[in-house]
Amino acid sequence: MNDIVPASGSFLEYAPAPESTSILHLKKSYGLFIDGAWVAGHGKPFASISPATEKHIAEIATANAKDVDTAVVAARRAYDRTWSKLSGADRGKYLFRIARLVQERARELAVAESLDNGKPIKESRDVDVPLVAAWFFYYAGWADKLDHVGLGANPRALGVAAQIIPWNFPLLMLAWKIAPALAAGNTVVLKPAETTSLTALLFAEIVQQAELPNGVVNLVTGAGETGAALVRHPDVNKVAFTGSTAVGREIAKAVAGTGKKVTLELGGKAANIVFDDAPIDQAVEGIVNGIFFNQGHVCCAGSRLLVQESIHDEVVDRLKARLATLRLGDPLDKNTDIGAINSREQLERIRELSDIGEAEGAERWTAPCVIPENGFWFAPTIFDNVSTSSRIAREEIFGPVLSVLTFRTPAEAIAKANNTPYGLSAGIWSDKGSKILAVADKLRAGVIWANTFNRFDPASPFGGYKESGYGREGGRQGLAAYLKAAGSASSSAKAPTSVRSSSRKPTQVRTLATGAGK
Amino acid sequence: MLGGDLTERSLRLHLEGLSGVDAVGLEQRAAGLGTRSIKTTSKAWALDKIIELIDLTTLEGADTPGKVRSLVAKALTPDPSDLTAPRVAAVCVYGDMVPDAIAALGAAHGDPANGNGRSGLVSVAAVATAFPSGRASLRVKLADTADAVANGADEIDMVIDRGAFLSGRYGEVFEQIVAVKEACRRDDGSYASLKVILETGELNTYDNVRRASWLSILAGGDFIKTSTGKVAPAATLPVTLLMLEVVRDWYRLTGERVGVKPAGGIRTSKDAIKYLVTVAETVGEQWLQPHLFRFGASSLLNDVLLQRQKLTTGRYSGPDYVTID
Repeated sequence: MNDIVPASGSFLEYAPAPESTSILHLKKSYGLFIDGAWVAGHGKPFASISPATEKHIAEIATANAKDVDTAVVAARRAYDRTWSKLSGADRGKYLFRIARLVQERARELAVAESLDNGKPIKESRDVDVPLVAAWFFYYAGWADKLDHVGLGANPRALGVAAQIIPWNFPLLMLAWKIAPALAAGNTVVLKPAETTSLTALLFAEIVQQAELPNGVVNLVTGAGETGAALVRHPDVNKVAFTGSTAVGREIAKAVAGTGKKVTLELGGKAANIVFDDAPIDQAVEGIVNGIFFNQGHVCCAGSRLLVQESIHDEVVDRLKARLATLRLGDPLDKNTDIGAINSREQLERIRELSDIGEAEGAERWTAPCVIPENGFWFAPTIFDNVSTSSRIAREEIFGPVLSVLTFRTPAEAIAKANNTPYGLSAGIWSDKGSKILAVADKLRAGVIWANTFNRFDPASPFGGYKESGYGREGGRQGLAAYLKAAGSASSSAKAPTSVRSSSRKPTQVRTLATGAGK
Repeated sequence: MLGGDLTERSLRLHLEGLSGVDAVGLEQRAAGLGTRSIKTTSKAWALDKIIELIDLTTLEGADTPGKVRSLVAKALTPDPSDLTAPRVAAVCVYGDMVPDAIAALGAAHGDPANGNGRSGLVSVAAVATAFPSGRASLRVKLADTADAVANGADEIDMVIDRGAFLSGRYGEVFEQIVAVKEACRRDDGSYASLKVILETGELNTYDNVRRASWLSILAGGDFIKTSTGKVAPAATLPVTLLMLEVVRDWYRLTGERVGVKPAGGIRTSKDAIKYLVTVAETVGEQWLQPHLFRFGASSLLNDVLLQRQKLTTGRYSGPDYVTID
């Protein structure tokens, strides 16, 4: 009776609808953006490729320890001489300008993001880029209202912020980091992930267009060593990192005792709990959105489906029918639902963990879709009959792979949901408000969605418990992470601005960005 | 289906036991379906498909035989400047206008599923049961229906008793639909197809729409239809998506295919294409045929014809290049 398989052989399939890349005017090679200008990097340059076609996009510079130092020095100078002297209202004006420029160049940014990251244009166009603009608008409004952040009157900026972001939402994570930092009065040195530098480099153009004072925003590209040099630079006052828990742990060690403030936003293994009184059709949509949004490359993805045993079969049947309608393919096609996996390395990891899942006895089901010849792809996959001890139920896969577990009572649901070293997010599906509140109260997760999933808003703080990191981004709380109260001691990290770092061993932290899952 | 005998109580337990609808999630899904992008060849196919699924409608107090003849002429030859344009599925009129419609259709009167494109047949649908309010005694509603069927109507568009539904008298609504269905019976034992109008604008909540959809299908409706077109809001994409989900679930349970007809408020090709996409991705493309999906519309047809002309000629024309009614 389940022969309803919509959209295969559909009239929707008659013609692809690719977004044109002619709007992009990319350079052949990109340098580093330091002190308002493009400069050459002293490391070995690397290529950025499109994960959907494996075609070369551009050559990207690598910043070595010396380049990182130049960038930090520029940021310190800009902080001392200009940015810290501006009024909040004036800082806000710059941020509003950036927000408007992001909107003006929205289509271009969306195309660049999908090309470089592999995510469907539908998502970069309708989610990532609009949220980037929203983040800058939101924090632009805060710049002259810092007295109300909750730290008392006249809170002070920290100084120079070192920011390292992952490859899953390249431009959006940049906005999450840069917008509050600048609104609070800091200057920044940001390192995008190695595989997704492109939109950050386009953002540098926007910074120029907005005529932001030189050195307020600096971008250093490169792999883990560049990130390590940045984190360890003695003249950095604040480190903000989004990525994998393993790297986060290294960073926490590296900054321990230095007086640098740290926020870490790390991995997750979120439970998406579906009760038997849930709005079923919307819950199925929410499960899909929870784990297959952005190919599952989401730190807060609902990768563990906890479904009440009495409706397990119904939910799984509906889920499979729905997944059969998902369209995998060219990220630049407007009808694509599932794009490419960001890198070969990540694809290998997803494959490896999926094979482990199968070997451990879980029931594997893969959506019927044609996999393109070139590029990195992984079809939406469900593992049914997964036990809590299974590795695929414990480790972050960071791909389009859903583990289905069941529960019998709310108490069991809560216990299973919390039984993870992570604690970033969770979802609850029920039509009963009192149940939602009672369960949410007992879940140990930083973000809990009720009857929805993967919704983001600049006004809402985001961050984790336990191994998912510490600190909050977004909202008033996100601003506090870049401020200190007026009376507090000045930062011990305020070291001379000389090139002390060049004499340091540049790297003990090896892989700061490659494979770093948010 | 309801486990044994059908009683008011078992019906109520079933309808109230249906899983709830989350409004935000439903509307988000509908909006997502609305962003599907259709190009060139698919668009040409879609435009012709829309025409073939239209119930071309006139439901005015001022309707006359002349107005109905003019409507029928439009149904048969939608675009006099391009004779490749297909015919619509049906004309929809008040019950007393049925003989005029049948006379005007002549040899082209028949089941739209037989023959297609330019040689397509066009059926006659009549609204009945004290349309649009439904505020009359059951006797009057049944007489209204029987009269339209006797006049030769192929399809009956009835309205449910929203008053009874909203006050929780589900059994009464159910019995009325069953009785109207019986009144659709012709002398030869065949039945006119029954479309049950829920008037979703008056039901107000998505939970009510889901219950009314189930109730109408359980009572034997061949189609569930959103609105009369006389109440705002009429058809919306989320409401239609929800009704399609009920139809899909019913098909999974019973193997029976029930039709869906969004009516009122769909005026542009762009909107209509969103409905086609929603049908395709919810129940499948086998539903895109006149026995299972219709658009209740009047002004939609001309917009589709303008878009069609644009595809053929490469230029946009203007409203003077399509005929009024």
